[in-house]
Amino acid sequence: MNAEPPLVEVKGISKRFPGVRALDDVSLSVGHAEVLALIGENGAGKSTLLKILAGVQPPDDGEMLVAGRPVRFRGVEDALQAGIALIHQELNLADNLDVAGNIFLGREPRRFGLLDLATMGREAAEWLGLVGLDLDPATPLSQLPIGRQQLVEIAKALSTRARLLIMDEPTSSLSARETETLFRVVKELRSRGVSVIWISHRLGEVKELADRVLVLRDGKNAGEISTRAEIEHDRMIRMMVGRDIDRLARRPSHRPGDVVLSARDLRTPAHPGHPISLEVRAGEIIGIAGLVGAGRTELLTTLFGITPAVGGSMAVAGRAVTPRTPIEAISAGLALVPEDRKQQGLVLEMAVRENMSLVALWPESRAGFVDFARERRLAAEMIPALAIKTPGDRQAVQFLSGGNQQKVVLAKWLAMKPKVLLLDEPTRGIDVGAKAEIYDLVHRLAGEGLAVVFVSSEMEEILSLADRALVMHEGRLAGGLSRGDLTEENVMRLAAGGSAERMSA
Amino acid sequence: MSGQATTGNRAEAGWRVLRGLVSPKILGIIGLLAVVCLYTALASDNFLKVGNLENIVHRTALFGILSIGVAFVIITGGIDLSIGSVVCLVGVLLPWLLVQHGWSVPAGVGFVLSLGAGIGLVHGLLVTKLGLQPFVVTLCGLLIYRGVARGLTQDQSQGFGTAYKGLRSLATNRFPIFGEGGFELPATTLIFLVIAVLAAVFLNRTVWGRYLLALGRNEQAARYSGIDTGRMKLLAYVISSTLAALGGMLFVLDINAAQPSDFGNFYELYAIAAAVLGGCSLRGGEGSILGLLVGSALMVVLNNMINLAHPQYQNVEFAIIGGVILAGVIADELVRRAARRRPAA
Ligand SMILES: Nc1ncnc2c1ncn2[C@@H]1O[C@H](COP(=O)(O)OP(=O)(O)OP(=O)(O)O)[C@@H](O)[C@H]1O
Ligand SMILES: [Mg+2]
Repeated sequence: MNAEPPLVEVKGISKRFPGVRALDDVSLSVGHAEVLALIGENGAGKSTLLKILAGVQPPDDGEMLVAGRPVRFRGVEDALQAGIALIHQELNLADNLDVAGNIFLGREPRRFGLLDLATMGREAAEWLGLVGLDLDPATPLSQLPIGRQQLVEIAKALSTRARLLIMDEPTSSLSARETETLFRVVKELRSRGVSVIWISHRLGEVKELADRVLVLRDGKNAGEISTRAEIEHDRMIRMMVGRDIDRLARRPSHRPGDVVLSARDLRTPAHPGHPISLEVRAGEIIGIAGLVGAGRTELLTTLFGITPAVGGSMAVAGRAVTPRTPIEAISAGLALVPEDRKQQGLVLEMAVRENMSLVALWPESRAGFVDFARERRLAAEMIPALAIKTPGDRQAVQFLSGGNQQKVVLAKWLAMKPKVLLLDEPTRGIDVGAKAEIYDLVHRLAGEGLAVVFVSSEMEEILSLADRALVMHEGRLAGGLSRGDLTEENVMRLAAGGSAERMSA
Repeated sequence: MSGQATTGNRAEAGWRVLRGLVSPKILGIIGLLAVVCLYTALASDNFLKVGNLENIVHRTALFGILSIGVAFVIITGGIDLSIGSVVCLVGVLLPWLLVQHGWSVPAGVGFVLSLGAGIGLVHGLLVTKLGLQPFVVTLCGLLIYRGVARGLTQDQSQGFGTAYKGLRSLATNRFPIFGEGGFELPATTLIFLVIAVLAAVFLNRTVWGRYLLALGRNEQAARYSGIDTGRMKLLAYVISSTLAALGGMLFVLDINAAQPSDFGNFYELYAIAAAVLGGCSLRGGEGSILGLLVGSALMVVLNNMINLAHPQYQNVEFAIIGGVILAGVIADELVRRAARRRPAA
């Protein structure tokens, strides 16, 4: 044992919210130059713990030590002073400013009372170099893809001399390549003595990056894996869930029925030069793979009428409709679980049950009056069906954990009983157990004749859930892979713009 | 369904109505209203006189109608600055059409109310179809309608003289509900109550009310959920201007004289202040009808307080009203923060 006290240590932390005991006597310590992964099911209290560490929320109980000295954070500034910086799950940058402006926001170097742009640019470039970003500090932030914005946020944290970086699901919206870059940066930082605590539901990533794993279950410490060699998938699951979960196994396909969704030469406004044709049959589950920016989300939003097609035609269940608005899409029987649950999926301040009923509200109303009994019944059905963790159906969704919010979005769309379900990254932020449940659910619905089209950046999800995969590359459909050809190599090759290798002729 | 479940549902439905009315948010302002009433009653013997109370109730109803209207727009995250000018335009047009141009009563009333709806429709279309900012659109409205009113009448005060008693009784009638000599309920109160109940039912019990609240909080999510956000916003502007027109009509029927240069001046600000005091957030998505009632009453009682208790301060009335509102809003925010910080039990 080292005589030096750990970098940060918390003991006996508790935090309650109305109706929820988010943290109950939790302890954690992180050493110098260490990468600690925090894992646990949705609603286990991970984000809450990190928020307390970063001074966003005060704990109800418990003590915190930084380098052995007790501290009490009254706000994020206090935590920053102590060298602890939180990288937000929702990036917290001002996208009307340039990169340097963001890095020094609120701490701008000044000369004679004016912004010292030269110093700002020079120093910003240094910090950017540290996170492996080689770009002009005067680049407007809005021009950067999300992965690079995240690196900018890390550079910003480093520029405040942070010793401990806290990241809440940093990889959930990154492409595979961006994730790799982030990991490289984290390893580099570790070798320079910076510590990192990060949350992930992707256990493969945990295995790759973490020095140590801390597990939370129902707001309590549920164990720790303290040597790299012992970090393995099944063990982590057992600690998180308290039992074994089958590896995501491929389920047998259903016999496909009639074509329910077809698109012919559909041109999305984002990539009008690449007409897309596809057919989806009842009972089929189609995965759309590709790199971030390949035009997958645009394809879904065009199918759903949010970014209406600029050419081509569609038919749903034999009826010709090319939706110009989501209203037309919904009445044709389409549903879309959108990419960004906070912006597009939920009305955060409204109750769980009000969010769930939002789409089904009109068809189930009586002469325009809300059918409250029906609304309650819907919530009573969906909450256990999707294992949503909430103190009640009247809880505002903003107080649910990220994964549980995602389940509410899913419930909202299942409530309208769609013919075709479009899903954009359906399990982003969802824990392994719930993921398996959602896959089961999707599979069961497909068995009842639902056609499913989902976009996913997770290879495992494409491989285990899809009956057939379409791979997109730079706005065009690079190819289709039937079950027999559906391998990681083929998906990767098509996504990169190559061609697949046929296994079954 | 079992009998027990039905009783439970009914109980919960009742509870929901109650909760829709008295949110904790407006408890503070109810308290403020009580304090101002108490203070005025102690400072002036005239406050509790029947005539004065009648007048307060009457004016609360009139301003309440305006503020229900603007609340719909505020809930969508917009603002309507044109209300005072619509009040003015309608207030001078009605007597002008009836008295100077000999229009029939139904034609005149029908015209001014449709004019209000039409104005709201134009505002709504400019906001939703052209994407203009509500502040700008309705600010221009504020300037245009008053200019038109002054131009049409050549700045001459308009009134009904001694005619049109029947029509005017809509605003001037009093119902002696407690017998002769007791408190008489102004007719305007009944009109207000009907509108308030309809608005509360619309907001809290219908699908469209839910849509308005949802889009006020997160327009994008509402659109993704298949809500016709454009049409709902349009509706809000139409409601706002139509109620402004109705209010303008009642004001002129009551006062019997409308001076185009100052009739309805600042009324949009009274209406907005009442809505904000009553729990509407200018960020949208929030609002309770009972709150609007209390907010409007507070505005009227403040004015009454200055008139009765401190007539010498009449020229600083705006400063006093502004100060009290600011104090109320600050107190409200502080209370909310304290509640948030207190660890949950
Ligand atoms: N401000 C709040 N008010 C009420 N309840 C809250 C609040 N914040 C969190 N909770 C509740 O506390 C519990 C823990 O939430 P937390 O966000 O820490 O979970 P998590 O482990 O990060 O889950 P996920 O993996 O889904 O992100 C959840 O049940 C959540 O609903
Ligand atoms: Mg979380």
